[in-house]
Amino acid sequence: MNLLETRNITKRYANHLALNNVSISVPPQSIYGLLGPNGAGKTTLIRIINMITSHDEGEIFLNGEKLLQNHIEQIGYLPEERGLYKKMKVGEQALYFAQLKGLSRTDALKKLKFWFEKFEIAAWWNRKVEELSKGMQQKVQFIVTVLHEPKLLIFDEPFSGFDPINANIIKDEIFRLRENGATIIFSTHNMSSVEELCDNIALINKANKILEGKVKEIKNTYKNNVYHVELAGYNQILKEHLNHDYLIEEEIHDDELLKAKIRILNSSSTNDMIQTLMKFGNIHAIQEIIPTMNDIFIAKVNNDSIHLNTSSNSNLTE
Amino acid sequence: MKKTLIIIKREYLSRVKKRSFIIMTILGPILMASLMIVPFFISKWGEEVKKVDVVDETGIYYGHLASNKSVQFNYVMSDINTAKADLLKSDSYCLLYIPKPSLTKPNYALLFYSSKQPGISVTSYIEEKMEYVLENKTLHDQFGLDKKDLDAAKTNINLQMENVQTGENSSPELTTFIGLFAGILIYFSIFMFGSQVMRGVIEEKTSRIIEVIVSSVKPFQLLMGKIIGIALVGLTQFLLWIVLTLGIVTVFQASVATSVSNPKHDKTVQQDFPVQKNTLFPENAQPQTHKSDDSDMMNSVMSSVSHYDFVAIILMFLFFFIFGYLLYGALFAAIGSAVDNEADTQQFMLPITIPLILAFVMSQSIINNPQGPLAFWFSIIPLTSPIVMMIRLPFGVPVFDMVLSMGLLVLGFLGATWLAAKIYRTGILMYGKKISYKEIWKWLKY
Repeated sequence: MNLLETRNITKRYANHLALNNVSISVPPQSIYGLLGPNGAGKTTLIRIINMITSHDEGEIFLNGEKLLQNHIEQIGYLPEERGLYKKMKVGEQALYFAQLKGLSRTDALKKLKFWFEKFEIAAWWNRKVEELSKGMQQKVQFIVTVLHEPKLLIFDEPFSGFDPINANIIKDEIFRLRENGATIIFSTHNMSSVEELCDNIALINKANKILEGKVKEIKNTYKNNVYHVELAGYNQILKEHLNHDYLIEEEIHDDELLKAKIRILNSSSTNDMIQTLMKFGNIHAIQEIIPTMNDIFIAKVNNDSIHLNTSSNSNLTE
Repeated sequence: MKKTLIIIKREYLSRVKKRSFIIMTILGPILMASLMIVPFFISKWGEEVKKVDVVDETGIYYGHLASNKSVQFNYVMSDINTAKADLLKSDSYCLLYIPKPSLTKPNYALLFYSSKQPGISVTSYIEEKMEYVLENKTLHDQFGLDKKDLDAAKTNINLQMENVQTGENSSPELTTFIGLFAGILIYFSIFMFGSQVMRGVIEEKTSRIIEVIVSSVKPFQLLMGKIIGIALVGLTQFLLWIVLTLGIVTVFQASVATSVSNPKHDKTVQQDFPVQKNTLFPENAQPQTHKSDDSDMMNSVMSSVSHYDFVAIILMFLFFFIFGYLLYGALFAAIGSAVDNEADTQQFMLPITIPLILAFVMSQSIINNPQGPLAFWFSIIPLTSPIVMMIRLPFGVPVFDMVLSMGLLVLGFLGATWLAAKIYRTGILMYGKKISYKEIWKWLKY
């Protein structure tokens, strides 16, 4: 059973459709990426799940139960735009938000102590929020979001405002939360973090869900038999010597090395191609080019075929 | 409900702990107490005798200008030039020169001064005394009358009012004062605490705190928590003001009573205190002495004060303050939610401030005719009733009017809250958009 399911959610504003029949299924104990360009309707969907805004049509189920106001304590939400009371003391403020989530004061205090020490901000307990750096404020907000141990966590751009070190700390915490049984919905524009973190994704564009599934499966679906090949000891034009089973998309001669992008067109396999290529020279490297989430995202949003490019691939492996 | 309480607690504590609240709480009573205490000192310090030399060439005024404790007339026999020279050497305050009347200047006098220019109190006193002498002379010469006889014939009528049904009597000035004071207090507190609500909402919206909070509580809970929290701040402030002012005045009275025990000074105390003290704090208004000539007047004030049902007035004040504030607080919150910063509030403030200011401006007409149609309607309509009803109240308000006004105010509060909640709900999550009335109208229909 899915932890969260939305069925045919539709939301209309006065002069535009924000969500059109959007159904998503979030399996338990997974990290679910909610992707889409700006203004696609992600935040609206998140607000509907959080019961901040109401939906016009459709149903939402949390753990098989119809979502009601009393489920709010099982959800933790870290909005993209977030703030704290500037004049309030850090500890006092964290306590306030924890209590609003239904924790008792003593419980909240105990848990806050633990998290503040973990994130090394315990010394700031009695300081005013305005004295904190942005990164530290983000930490406080992260703590407040996860403190009441909700089953469902929704993070909207959780890494914005963090330096790489702190972003890693947060990333590790997100994995740990999943291990401990939480389900995480994660909304972002940062595709590399999607590949790193997400088990499943949904892509929303112009109020419609246009893609949903496991990250691995999606990537496999969108790969199209293109291989990166490096061949040594061959300095003729490869294109002119290959049969119609193969399409050379790109060919570069770099000193003794020939680098090419080859697409297998017919039913021939990778092995067939290797055998064919072996006749031309020494194969230095051969690798299937798998589309990145970035490629898929851009392609789906622009509604055209996947243009693979190696440069974006290398970006991801950085 | 539990969460609303948590919000109320935060809104209350974060404001009560503020330095500005503490300063206001301390300064308020000091200001109010000094309003009552300072006149006492002024009357004591103002008793410096100012000597006025008089050179009278007409002979009419000689010996007739009456001195009092602050202005002392001193008749000089020398001519004006010597007198002027003497003025510089003597300790006299100024020199009054009355030349022989000429055709062009029949009633003419000149006041010479050396270092300090005489204040208006001295000049008007001199004028008044000169007029008195001249009038007296005219009366005497032409009608054979003495001004003193005329004064004796003058009577002073003190119109006392009494309610036929209850037997209560009252003085119109005091009634007016009580009503106005309560009305103005409500007017200012609605503005003060209403704008606090508005600023709080704007703070949460612009800093995006709201995004975090609305995922835990319903916007309505936050709205109510904020409004009620600030209402409690207001009530706390009033309570502290009353207690502290009473404390300061009591301590002062006690110290004055022990340090100044001779009857002459007691009289001054009584002259300066009764009206302010009794009207503001009637329960504390027992005079300590009745020896002076003013005691008659005092007694009449006292008896009329005791005829107001102050418990009822204070309870009504609290009712109209609380519900009037709640009504306006909700509207202020709605404005705060619709804008991105305080500068944008202007266009929406107008419809809210107009009824308040109107009620304030109308107060004079309402006092003139507290039972008229104007007073009736303004004290019934919920937007103006908190102020206007408080002004009417001491004059006596029919039970029907009162019940109608209170009922409508509660309805108005519910309506305003419903309206505000709808605007608030949409407004707090709407950024970067210049909001128009048309837009708000749309929100109401969501």
